[in-house]
Amino acid sequence: MSASLERGLDRFREALDADTASFFATCVRCGMCAEACLFYTETKEPKYTPIHKLQPLKRLWWREYTLLGRIAAAVGLSKPVTDAELSAWSELVYDSCTLCGRCSLICPVGNDITYMIRRMRDGMAAAGHAPPGLVGATRRAIELGSPMGVTLATLQAQIRHQEEATGIPIPMDVQGAEYLVLLSSMEIVNNAEVIGAVARIFHQAGITWTLASDAFEATNSGIQIGVSELAKEIVLRTVTAAERLGVRAVVSPECGHAYMALRWEGPDLIGRPYRFEVLHILELLDRLRAAGKLKLASTFDLPITFHDPCQIVRRGGVIDAPRNLLNLVATDVREMHDHGVYNWCCGGGGGVSASGRAEELRLTAFNKKRGQIEATGAKVVATACANCRMVMEEAIDHYQMGVELKGLTELIADHLEQETPEVAA
Amino acid sequence: MNMTSIALLAWVRGPGFHIALAIFCLGLVWRLIEIYSLGRDPHLAAPRHRAGASGWWTILRRSRPSAEHESMVSYLSGYTFHIGLILTFFFFAPHIELLRRATGFAWPALPTPLVDAAAAITVVALGVMLTSRLLDPVKRFLSVTEDYLTWALTLAPVVTGYLCFHHLGFSYTTLLALHLASVEVLMVCMPFTKLIHFVTLFPSRWMNGDHFGRTGVAS
Repeated sequence: MSASLERGLDRFREALDADTASFFATCVRCGMCAEACLFYTETKEPKYTPIHKLQPLKRLWWREYTLLGRIAAAVGLSKPVTDAELSAWSELVYDSCTLCGRCSLICPVGNDITYMIRRMRDGMAAAGHAPPGLVGATRRAIELGSPMGVTLATLQAQIRHQEEATGIPIPMDVQGAEYLVLLSSMEIVNNAEVIGAVARIFHQAGITWTLASDAFEATNSGIQIGVSELAKEIVLRTVTAAERLGVRAVVSPECGHAYMALRWEGPDLIGRPYRFEVLHILELLDRLRAAGKLKLASTFDLPITFHDPCQIVRRGGVIDAPRNLLNLVATDVREMHDHGVYNWCCGGGGGVSASGRAEELRLTAFNKKRGQIEATGAKVVATACANCRMVMEEAIDHYQMGVELKGLTELIADHLEQETPEVAA
Repeated sequence: MNMTSIALLAWVRGPGFHIALAIFCLGLVWRLIEIYSLGRDPHLAAPRHRAGASGWWTILRRSRPSAEHESMVSYLSGYTFHIGLILTFFFFAPHIELLRRATGFAWPALPTPLVDAAAAITVVALGVMLTSRLLDPVKRFLSVTEDYLTWALTLAPVVTGYLCFHHLGFSYTTLLALHLASVEVLMVCMPFTKLIHFVTLFPSRWMNGDHFGRTGVAS
């Protein structure tokens, strides 16, 4: 047995807890999770049935942790998990699972399949079976601090542009600010307007905030690839900065996995609760809205729908805030058929968008979203995750749908009341 | 032949039953320890709300079919055979009498024709379940020998009980012996196969609901 396989199987053993064992024991192979998974519904290939993606982990559990399985293994009736098998499963565990969590919500016996896939990825990565694209992103996250290779200098350049565009200073490393705001690489590279948008909204609301030069990146590729040590290191960067600056809350950006990683997995990864609150940017904006601190000058009147990012809504619990905000700014909001916690993934979450080899499958899986969007008749899709946005923009171009994507934070900022209105000529 | 069936009946009523009961109970305890002694990682993230009863709610909610499903065959036949099994096992007068003698507890029985109909419907529903497992591409793909074995183990007591009640095929003694034997084989296999879901379903749903509940999602 190769060293990497042994490492991977050890990680599998660490991943097996009472929850996983209970879920495996309870599965009756009814196959209903297939209908909950867009990789199955859009391809009709049974191998994409969510519970099947866990088969090697399940067999290891059965062989080593159950009486019958141990007897079967001892008399040679059950085969050990091999490297070739894990290699074959890489596509199932990474390319065809966005960790969207829909199967976990549908399973009639209550199996949290997503929870298990996330844990299984730890072993897959240790055994060397993570997709090359995701390995590269993770390496950049370690070496450069960002999965897309964004450096502080890149961010500073974008900050200067946004300061010029908005006329509002963008604070960096401000001790004692109320909020530490994180950004995702996608935003810094593709969509820096969001930095200006945040600045304008916070300026109007009169709250103090800051970016941190040593913790500006929220994306946690450690979670996506399944390397808990790296996931912990990325979380610790933020925790250290937040505690150094003495902020009341850390604000996670429009990025799904960043929020889930920091808000829900972070304390477990670092082994202690935080001394600050973690808010998704939409949660903070919704608080500002409720406090009457979001003053809009105009509304958005085209038909618009909202794509629920899985990690923020279904796995994150931020369900009402996006709707409250969208209803505040837009006059023709059209919900998709399955929305909120039952929404369908864009097809590119959980590291799938970082994996080049998954591209074709991702575009096929997008047909689910495509159907949902087209059924609303909306010409604009708002969302709250830079990754969903990039994935959908690419797919919308590919299918020539003629639909525009908008970040919800930016949409709010676009319609803010100007504090110092220009004097009419 | 008659002597053989009398001897078989005596065995399944006496030692056979005790062996089956012992394996069922010890097996169940063993399996539950095997599963739940693996422990749980602590949840250190501050919950959105106190998770409270969300685990318990999920135990109830997951029994409700989710309307968007295309799995109506599974739901309908699944519901039917589970309810049918409960009705025939717990509400047939001779079964209640047996349980009263064993445990001292008794409850009102359902009218026999109703239980009879429930048994027949259960057999039909199990037939639909098997057909769907064989024809549905996903279920066929997922299925292993255990799925067909547990299907047969579940069906056998219902069929033998039905034949026994209607005195069909073999002598009453033979049928009663086969009926009891089929129940005993089922008891022996329950802890060690997916049939253990009759217990682990509840903690599994609770864990799922508690996890979602912490984040503020009703699962």
